[in-house]
Amino acid sequence: MSGSMALAGILATPLVGLVLVSLSGRWPNLREGITLSTAVVLFAQVLGLYAAVADGARPELVLLPMLPEVSLQLTAEPLGMLFGLIASGLWIISSIYSIGYMRGNKEGNQTRFFVCFAGAIFAAQGIAFAGNMLTLFLFYEAMTLITYPLVTHHGTDHAKKSARIYLGVLMGTSIVFLLTGMLATWVLAGTLDFREGGILAGQVGATGTAVLMALYMFGIGKAALMPFHRWLPAAMVAPTPVSALLHAVAVVKAGVFSVVKVVVYIFGPDNLMALGSADWVPLIAGYTIVAASIVALRADNLKRRLAYSTVSQLSYVTLAATLLAPISIVGAAMHIAAHAVGKITLFFAAGSIYTAAHKTEVSQLDGIGRKMPWTMLAFGVGALSMIGLPPAAGFISKWYILSAAMGAGHWTAVAVLVVSTLLNAGYFLPIVWRAFFREPPASDRHGDAHGHDHHDDHGEAPWPMVLAQTVTASLTIILFIYHEPVLKLARAVAGGY
Amino acid sequence: MLSQHLPILLVVVPLLAAPIIVLLRRSFPSWLVATLASIATLAIALPLLARAVSEGVISYAIGNWPPPLGIEYRVDAANAFVAFIVSLIGVFVMPYCRHGVSSEVRAEEHYLFYAMMMLCLSGLLGILLTGDAFNLFVFLEISSLATYVLIAMGRDRRALVASYQYLLMGTIGATLYVIGIGLLYLQTGTLNLADLAVRLPAMGDPRSTLAALAFITVGISLKIALFPLHLWLPNAYAYSPSAVSAFLAATATKVSIYVLMRYFFTIFGETVVFDARYTGVILLALSLAAMFIPAVVAIFQTDVKRLLAYSSVSQIGYITLGISLNSVGGLTAAVAHLFNHALTKGGMFLVLGGVVLRLGGSALDRMAGLGRTMPIAAFAFVIGGLSLIGIPGTAGFVSKWYLVTAAMAEGQWWLAGAVMLSSLLAVIYVWRFVEVAYFREPPEGLPPPGEAPLTMLLPALAMIVACVWFGLDASWSGSMARAAAEALAGGWK
Repeated sequence: MSGSMALAGILATPLVGLVLVSLSGRWPNLREGITLSTAVVLFAQVLGLYAAVADGARPELVLLPMLPEVSLQLTAEPLGMLFGLIASGLWIISSIYSIGYMRGNKEGNQTRFFVCFAGAIFAAQGIAFAGNMLTLFLFYEAMTLITYPLVTHHGTDHAKKSARIYLGVLMGTSIVFLLTGMLATWVLAGTLDFREGGILAGQVGATGTAVLMALYMFGIGKAALMPFHRWLPAAMVAPTPVSALLHAVAVVKAGVFSVVKVVVYIFGPDNLMALGSADWVPLIAGYTIVAASIVALRADNLKRRLAYSTVSQLSYVTLAATLLAPISIVGAAMHIAAHAVGKITLFFAAGSIYTAAHKTEVSQLDGIGRKMPWTMLAFGVGALSMIGLPPAAGFISKWYILSAAMGAGHWTAVAVLVVSTLLNAGYFLPIVWRAFFREPPASDRHGDAHGHDHHDDHGEAPWPMVLAQTVTASLTIILFIYHEPVLKLARAVAGGY
Repeated sequence: MLSQHLPILLVVVPLLAAPIIVLLRRSFPSWLVATLASIATLAIALPLLARAVSEGVISYAIGNWPPPLGIEYRVDAANAFVAFIVSLIGVFVMPYCRHGVSSEVRAEEHYLFYAMMMLCLSGLLGILLTGDAFNLFVFLEISSLATYVLIAMGRDRRALVASYQYLLMGTIGATLYVIGIGLLYLQTGTLNLADLAVRLPAMGDPRSTLAALAFITVGISLKIALFPLHLWLPNAYAYSPSAVSAFLAATATKVSIYVLMRYFFTIFGETVVFDARYTGVILLALSLAAMFIPAVVAIFQTDVKRLLAYSSVSQIGYITLGISLNSVGGLTAAVAHLFNHALTKGGMFLVLGGVVLRLGGSALDRMAGLGRTMPIAAFAFVIGGLSLIGIPGTAGFVSKWYLVTAAMAEGQWWLAGAVMLSSLLAVIYVWRFVEVAYFREPPEGLPPPGEAPLTMLLPALAMIVACVWFGLDASWSGSMARAAAEALAGGWK
């Protein structure tokens, strides 16, 4: 009972926050206060559910009888718990950051921005705690729509065109593939509940399962499996806090979260293993990892490089999930958490650089570490996590995924992971090296002498932004040292492995 | 006592309201009578639906002349549900007319407008409830004639042409229908629909039955605006007063679809209609064409009313697709979409009416910056658009769920792909509005129009809210659709 009330609260809090934020638009300080307190309350609520779920409780809540046959319902289970915690926890930090960023850059339409942000978190919590596929789909689509105004925030022609790609790919894949797959699942299995062992097990043959698998894997466009990844770089036109929390954490994690959820609770890993219907997925995911890394290597625009790095890292999760071993599923769940804290740090740093120095290209970053040491230090920690080096969280998840690939004798996956590590190092370390060890360009050093270009005469970004990125960078390191709580959830997802 | 007479009361109340309105003449009392009469019809339709669902078929003999000699009204879950939809839309539209019509129809014609609305409502309800083939024709003509007048009242002179176009097509349709029932009468000697349903199978399957089926199908399809017989519809919706567009889009074609389903499944029976001929294949092909071709045409429209009109033709394709599946699941999908699309499209036309009132036209270019100048209307319109696409959480999704699962259950997996691709076309035409309303600057120099008056905004918003409500909780509408489908397939016994 108390569990289901908690679930209701988790869904209600961001909605209440959304309404209050929209009403308090005239008083920016009050508005930001509401955003922050909503985020804190939400995180506390999600955290309050942790102990019970980690101990094996599965609180449920029926929201509405959406259809006579299937209702909208919430269920808290370990994977959702993990995603819910990440999304709500990082929302707090990201709100602090957003306040600094939006004010520092004098962005317009700030109320709409914070309203949509709360809406996106609402959708993320709905996805995290969805009790069946229909509920997940509902919130999945809601998330696409509510983030659309964030992508088009600047309202320019460029933003409009990018948003067309964003909406077209996400909406197109979800309607044509995911919805078809979901309806076919309903017709074949007679249920859309998430059950351990999968609801399709024993219902469909190998070919049918492979087709359904394709519908789900490509239908979940938010997981950015190639060739349906183009929306993610397009979304970078949004203000950086959006890229940081939504297009590095909430939206994309909703995608890979759904992938893991579908593999574990709709298909069932053992069922897929027996049928061999998912054997092709690691290959596509592996291709995506390498290809996206190569694109990232060549991108000069910092946010674009980060976006392709995200595409690549998301496919780590898809790859791990579809290796189908318990340890690989632990790796997939761990990587959702590890990549979240690492990538949000990198985006925070990119946003700080833009706010303080108005620089967007990698080639402009020579010597910037001297002026913005905190920012570039945080960036370095995030970069280590992406590469998968200690002492960053990315090392842990990569370790699990690599062990799984080796254990399964999947040498293609092993090769992909090795190559990708090298590529990651190849496109992240030069940025850090540039920032700290290269001389700043001449105009920068003599900026005072000319005295006109004040952008060259900058220090650190506003303090809320520095604070936020320091916290996430610390989290990236803390998660390397102390990851028991996350691991406990991840193991529960993999059937108590 | 009175409850026995519900079927006839449902038709008589609006029918009597019409002459009363003509006698009253003044605008406000006419509106009041029309609104009260439409509320009364809903108050009658609801208990009638409840009785039909719980008790099964209700037979009502007009003037106590027992059928098949006298005219019988025969009510079951199917027509009671559609009658409920029609009355419900009436209750949304009539209050709206008070301000909605004032700018579009000349003041001295207001009483005629309300009288015609009442006749149209009465005719549509008569078509639904009657159990007599010829009586059905009479009501068809009553509603159609009223509709021609209503369309012609649009403020644009092109409304006259649109009305004339519909008059020609509608008359052809009605004539074909009469020829069809004439053939049936010659063959069986009865015009009572339930009686026909009993006698026709005994005749075997002679050529005259086939001819009657063909005449009735084509005649009614003209009224449905089934592709490619839809040519009257875009102009009729685009140039008629906004309230009329909303009312027609939500009711007129829906009632004709009910007639087609009744003839197909109850009277001729699916063996004659589907198993022995290619009706299913033809209907399927036309439905698919309707789902794609008018949807593409809608994308290229420069006028939002026309865009919605073409979208209607496309959405009718979903309904007939459900019929063509020839299963209870398919019929459930058809009836569910009848309801869901009525709410969606009716609501969108009502919202649009308010916009037209403020902006003075429905050209897409005029809607520039609408998201800022009329934020509530623009947002409501977008929600309606999401329902047209079939986004979960809106009524349109429920229809899509039923339609695709019905197709899959019949083994027609590829139809799922067709339905999904067609919804993508809806994304495109809805998003044309979104981009104009939210990314273009409002025209300079003009004072911001402000939202429509509350008497218009509230009914419009109520329909859009209903559209979301029945998307989140379709337990009632879904079970009604299933009851209606079972009644249609059950043979009116």
